[in-house]
Amino acid sequence: MAQMTMTQSLNSALNLCLEKDPGVVVLGEDVGFFGGVFRVTDGLQAKYGEHRVLDTPISEGGIIAAAIGMALNGLRPVVEIQFADYIYPGYDQIVSELARIRYRSGGAFNAPVTIRAPCGGGIRGGQTHSQSPEAIFAHICGIKVVMPSNPYDAKGLLIAAIEDDDPVLFLEPKRLYNGPFDGDPGKPSVAWNGHPKGEVPEGHYTVPIGSAEIVRTGAQVTIISYGTMVHVVEAAARSLNVDAEIIDVRSMVPLDVETLCASVDKTGRCLIAHEATRFGGFGAELMATIQERCFWNLEAPIERVCGWDTPYPHAFEWDYFPGKDRVVVALKTMLGLP
Amino acid sequence: MAHAPTTPPLSKEQLLKAYRQMKTIREFEERLHIEIQTGEIPGFTHLYAGQEAVAVGVCAHLSDSDYIVSTHRGHGHCIAKGCDVGGMMLEIYGRAAGLCKGKGGSMHIADVTKGMLGANAIVGGGPPLAVGAAIACRNRGDKTVSIAFGGDGSANQGTVFEAMNMAVVLKVPTVFVFENNGYAEHTGADYAVGSKDIAGRARGFGMPAESCDGADFFAVYAAAGRAIALGREGKGPATIEPRITRYYGHFEGDPQLYRAKDETKELRETMDCLKNFRARVTREGWLTNAEMDAIDSDVLALIDSAVKTARAAPPPNDAELTTDVYATY
Repeated sequence: MAQMTMTQSLNSALNLCLEKDPGVVVLGEDVGFFGGVFRVTDGLQAKYGEHRVLDTPISEGGIIAAAIGMALNGLRPVVEIQFADYIYPGYDQIVSELARIRYRSGGAFNAPVTIRAPCGGGIRGGQTHSQSPEAIFAHICGIKVVMPSNPYDAKGLLIAAIEDDDPVLFLEPKRLYNGPFDGDPGKPSVAWNGHPKGEVPEGHYTVPIGSAEIVRTGAQVTIISYGTMVHVVEAAARSLNVDAEIIDVRSMVPLDVETLCASVDKTGRCLIAHEATRFGGFGAELMATIQERCFWNLEAPIERVCGWDTPYPHAFEWDYFPGKDRVVVALKTMLGLP
Repeated sequence: MAHAPTTPPLSKEQLLKAYRQMKTIREFEERLHIEIQTGEIPGFTHLYAGQEAVAVGVCAHLSDSDYIVSTHRGHGHCIAKGCDVGGMMLEIYGRAAGLCKGKGGSMHIADVTKGMLGANAIVGGGPPLAVGAAIACRNRGDKTVSIAFGGDGSANQGTVFEAMNMAVVLKVPTVFVFENNGYAEHTGADYAVGSKDIAGRARGFGMPAESCDGADFFAVYAAAGRAIALGREGKGPATIEPRITRYYGHFEGDPQLYRAKDETKELRETMDCLKNFRARVTREGWLTNAEMDAIDSDVLALIDSAVKTARAAPPPNDAELTTDVYATY
C-alpha cells in the first residue's frame, strides 16, 4: 500500500473522482494553475483542463453559490474555500440555499456540493486562519459536516462526500496535512510516513459518512474527539497510562450516536475534546446527547476540554490550543487520580 | 384609419401565448390580492402585477432546458417559464399537491421539469446560482443559457457583483435581468442605487448591457433576444435593465407610505403592459380584440378553478415534516 500525507490522499481522492465522473468540477481560489495554497489540487488543472478545475475570483459567496447552481444543473462541484475562516461571506448561500433547496423544493432538487475547507490552528495563523467552525454548520439541518483526522479517512471520506447526493462540508485540519500532531509545538514535526493511517490505497474506496471510529478500545473512560485533537488525546491518555477508549467522531452530521453511547454506557465516564471554542461548541451537542442517552450509566459528570471562548489568539496560540496538559488535568479530575 | 398590417417580430401563435401568459400573471396576482385578505393563505406574498412584460418578454426566448432563477416576487417568472398554475396556487396555499409539496410557499416555488431553479427570498441570492447553472451550460456546450432575474435592490448586493464578475471571467451564458421597479422593499431606487444606472454598472463589469421600457413587451423581447443570443453564441454574459413599476406594495399589506397618494392609480393608466400590448397588436393588425377577449375568459376560469381547488385541497401529512431534508436519509 502507498504511503501518503493527507495532502496527497486528498489529491488522490479528487483525481479519482475527476477521472470517474465527468460531472465532477473542482473550483476555488488558486486551485487550478497554482494547485492550491496547501497543494491539495496540485496538477489537476493540467490533467483535466480549465473547465473541470476552475480558478475563480476571490468571491466566496459567489463561488459557493455558483457551485449550488452547478449542482442544480447536473454537475457535482467540489469547492475549495482556501481557509475555513473565509467561508463566512458564503454562509448565507450555505444556510439559505445549499442546505435548504431540497426541502423547499419538496425533494425535487438535490445539491450534491462538497465544500472543502482547511480548518483549525496550530500553524500560527491567528484569528482568521485558525478557526474550527464545525458547530455553526452542524446546527444547519440539510448539510452534512465531516472532519477526518488522518490520510486514510481523508481520502475515503472525501470520495464519499463527493459521491453523496447531499451537500457536505468537508473540514480539513490543516495542522495534520503533513503529519500527526500531539499538541506539543516544542517537539520536531512527525511525518505520516510510518503512521498506520498514512497507509492509503491508490484506488477507490469510501469511508462512510455518519460513522465514528473507535481509535483505541479501553474500559476506564471514553474520550470523544475529532480532527487534530484525536492525536492530542491519544498522547494524553498514553502519558497518564489511562485505559481510555478513544473515539474519532469523523462525522458531526450525521452523528454516530450508537457508537458514542455504547462506549459511554460501557465506561461510565466521558471526556469531550475539541479545538473550537467551548460555548455553544459541538461538544455541547455531544454532551447533551450523551446525558440524554447514558445518564443512568454515568459515574461522573461529562467534561469538556475546548479552546477558550476568545478569538484565536496570535500571541497565545499554545495557551488557547487545548493541548495535552489540559486533557491530562481533565482526565485526572474525572478519574480521581493524584 | 388603421395602418396596413406589418410583419410581427413573433409568430401569431407566440403572440397569443405571450398575451395569455401576461394575462395569467395579472389575474393570478389580482386574485391573490383578494384571497390573501381572507386569511386562508399562510405566509406573505409579493405580487408581480405590473411587471408581466418582463418575465414573459424574456422567457419567450427560452425552452424548458434553459434555466431561470427568480426572486421573492416570483409568481410571474414561474408562469412565464411554464410552471403549472394550479400547482403554484396549491403551493402558495401550502397544500400537499403543491409544486413543492407545500414546503416552499409563495417565495420559494421551484420546478425542476421547467428549468425553474427557484424563487428565492434572499435578495441577491439567485444571480450567483444562475452563474453556476451557466457554468454547467457552458461545459455541456449545448447552447442553453441561464437567466438571473433580480430587482433594483439586488443590484446593490455583493453577491450579485461577484456573480457578474465571475460570469465575465468565466465567459458563461448568464443574462442578468434587473427589473428596476423603482423600489427595493420600501426604499426608492433613486436613493439606494448610487449611480441610478444599473445597466452602466453591468458594463463596468465588462459585459454588454442596455435598459429598456419594461411596460413594452416588444422592447423587452428585443433586448432580451439580443442578450440571450450572445449567451447562446458563447460570447458570455449580458445584462438588461427593464424600467418598470409594481402595482402593489413590497408585500401584501404594505401601507406604501413611501409612494405618492395616487401613484399606483396613475401608473395603472400610464404603465400597463397589457394595454400597451393590446394597442400595439391591434394597431398593427397582428391580433384581434376578439382573440384576446377569448383568452381573458379562459384565464379567469383557470385562476378561479385553481383557487377553488387549492382551497379544498388537503395539507401535507405531518410525516412530511421530516422528509426531504437529506437525499440519503
